[in-house]
Amino acid sequence: MNHLLIAPIVLPALVAPFIIMTLRYHIDLQRIFSLATNVLLIAIAAALAVQAADGTVQVYELGDWQAPFGIVLVLDRLSAMMVLLTTVLALAVNLYAVGSKWDARGANFHALFQFQLMGIIGAFLTGDAFNLFVFFEVLLIASYGLMIHGGGARRFQAGVQYVVFNLLGSTLFLFALGTIYSVTGTLNLADLAVRVAELPAEDSALIRVGAVMLLLVFAIKASLLPLHFWLPASYANAPAPVAALFAIMTKVGAYSILRVYTLIFGPDVAVVEGLVDNWLLPAALLTIAIGAIGVLGSKDIGRLMSFGAITSVGTLLTAIALFTPEATAAALYYTVHSTLAAAALFLVADMVRERQGGEIAPKPVMAQSGLISVLFFVAAIATAGMPPLSGFLGKLLILDAARDSTLVVWVWAVILISSLITIMGFARAGTLIFWKSHGLTQDRSLEEPEIELEQADQADAPSTPRAPALPFVACFSLLAGLAALTLFAGPVTRYTTATAADLFAPQAYIETVLANRDRPVVEPDQTPGDKTLDLDAGDTTSEENH
Amino acid sequence: MELLVASAVGLLTAAGIYLVLRRRTFPVILGTSLLSYAVNVFLFATGRLATDAPPILNKYAEVTYSDPLPQALVLTAIVISFGMTAVVVMVALGAYLSARDDNINMDDTAPAQGEDA
Repeated sequence: MNHLLIAPIVLPALVAPFIIMTLRYHIDLQRIFSLATNVLLIAIAAALAVQAADGTVQVYELGDWQAPFGIVLVLDRLSAMMVLLTTVLALAVNLYAVGSKWDARGANFHALFQFQLMGIIGAFLTGDAFNLFVFFEVLLIASYGLMIHGGGARRFQAGVQYVVFNLLGSTLFLFALGTIYSVTGTLNLADLAVRVAELPAEDSALIRVGAVMLLLVFAIKASLLPLHFWLPASYANAPAPVAALFAIMTKVGAYSILRVYTLIFGPDVAVVEGLVDNWLLPAALLTIAIGAIGVLGSKDIGRLMSFGAITSVGTLLTAIALFTPEATAAALYYTVHSTLAAAALFLVADMVRERQGGEIAPKPVMAQSGLISVLFFVAAIATAGMPPLSGFLGKLLILDAARDSTLVVWVWAVILISSLITIMGFARAGTLIFWKSHGLTQDRSLEEPEIELEQADQADAPSTPRAPALPFVACFSLLAGLAALTLFAGPVTRYTTATAADLFAPQAYIETVLANRDRPVVEPDQTPGDKTLDLDAGDTTSEENH
Repeated sequence: MELLVASAVGLLTAAGIYLVLRRRTFPVILGTSLLSYAVNVFLFATGRLATDAPPILNKYAEVTYSDPLPQALVLTAIVISFGMTAVVVMVALGAYLSARDDNINMDDTAPAQGEDA
């Protein structure tokens, strides 16, 4: 077994308690350890991505228990890509949190941050449905702490809504898992895929209920309409670095939908036919629409960014809901893009909010107005999906992949019109915040922006305090990521195409995970029939399939 | 027994949903706990109901046994929901103490992120 597979989960799991127990009162040491962990995680994730790039599926059996009985971690192209994306995002976000001193506004930011990473990475790597639930809880309980980091009445109130909504989601997740277990007698994803495919079509009522409940859970996480209500208030009131990290949380939901509804409840599985594909696409399109309307109507920059995030999640789920390899490849490309773009937007929004408050209205010109407006402009272009950045490519790929769908007119119309509305919404916000502000102060000359560009680097003007450079480094690195994603669109789309092909031909995944299932559980002389351990309670279960 | 367990799950869920839909935090927290009790009983029943049966297989004789896996799942779920309830109580207390209001709804006219920035 390759122990590197579990390293990205174990490392933050060890660093976080270490930070709590020994570095509690040393914010500088906390920062060093946290950032070092993030760099290490990127290295591990990159190594894993290199290993997975040729399409091999690796299985890590925890405690050496073989697949259907023990919990497994599975590394394939999709998991490797998502883990790498998470770690890269985490480093940029952590840099911003350190640079803007957000992490010092309350206790235990870095420990919670590492626990959150552990949960997210674990959710991407696990090959077991109940373990997925556990990692969801790990990432959620860390996110509850991060959500209310820094305190304040509004944030606490938004935190209550966020926690309660997600508690209900977790309860539903358990109901779904219980239902699925009662039918199939297993919770291993690969084993589930085998058993669900063998279920008789006339005996499908329970499994259909389970599949729909599971979809609802993932839709809550991905903030799919009509389960998106938690997102705007939570993201707008969360601390900015946390909101930026949450950009990957909606992708956890999208990833789970993609994983479960290609592997287990795939498009060709008879018992769940017509369940997901009929509902997911219209819901995703409505999500885009509601997000675009929200972008246009937001009075607060945090809410503007939240609705921007909802729009991009809707676009992503539209691509996933088409359930074709081409659309899935486009969706994966768009996942990377929208995570980085949304994170950049949240960080820029925080810079604006720190300087002039969150309201979208002309205010006196803020410090580093020029630099921040550039960041806002680039991030908004990326999010709205205008050329030349990767948002344009992503949306183009999705539109192209939707061509064979029966709802192609709707997909094209909604995505294109909502892009236009998003552009208008961001243009309005940018105009009010960055341009109209100059109109308020008559004494400022036109070359003001260039002066302030330099200020960010070096000179201190008496009026504007010097800003720390690290937040700008974080934002620019996210945008550089977007630029890189655009420049290397060829290799990236080749990778996502291969990933999508894997997802729609999951035999390799299933066979690798279940390869050891016939290995004896205990010493051979004691077990004439070790298969009996596989006895499950369900009378509906296929008796023996090995 | 099936009727008893099924109606217990149904009753707990119904009461939980009713309480979760209330407007103040305390009933909502009670509702989430009731829901978690309901799901724990439900998970327990997914291994099918068997009384007086050990979760152990006997290879020398045909015996009834109970499925041990749901019991392990329930144990995990109990621990997690217990922890989550503690967290939600603390967050709700924080919200109540800082806003002097235990209403779940937020007043949207107030500016977001007011006093802490």
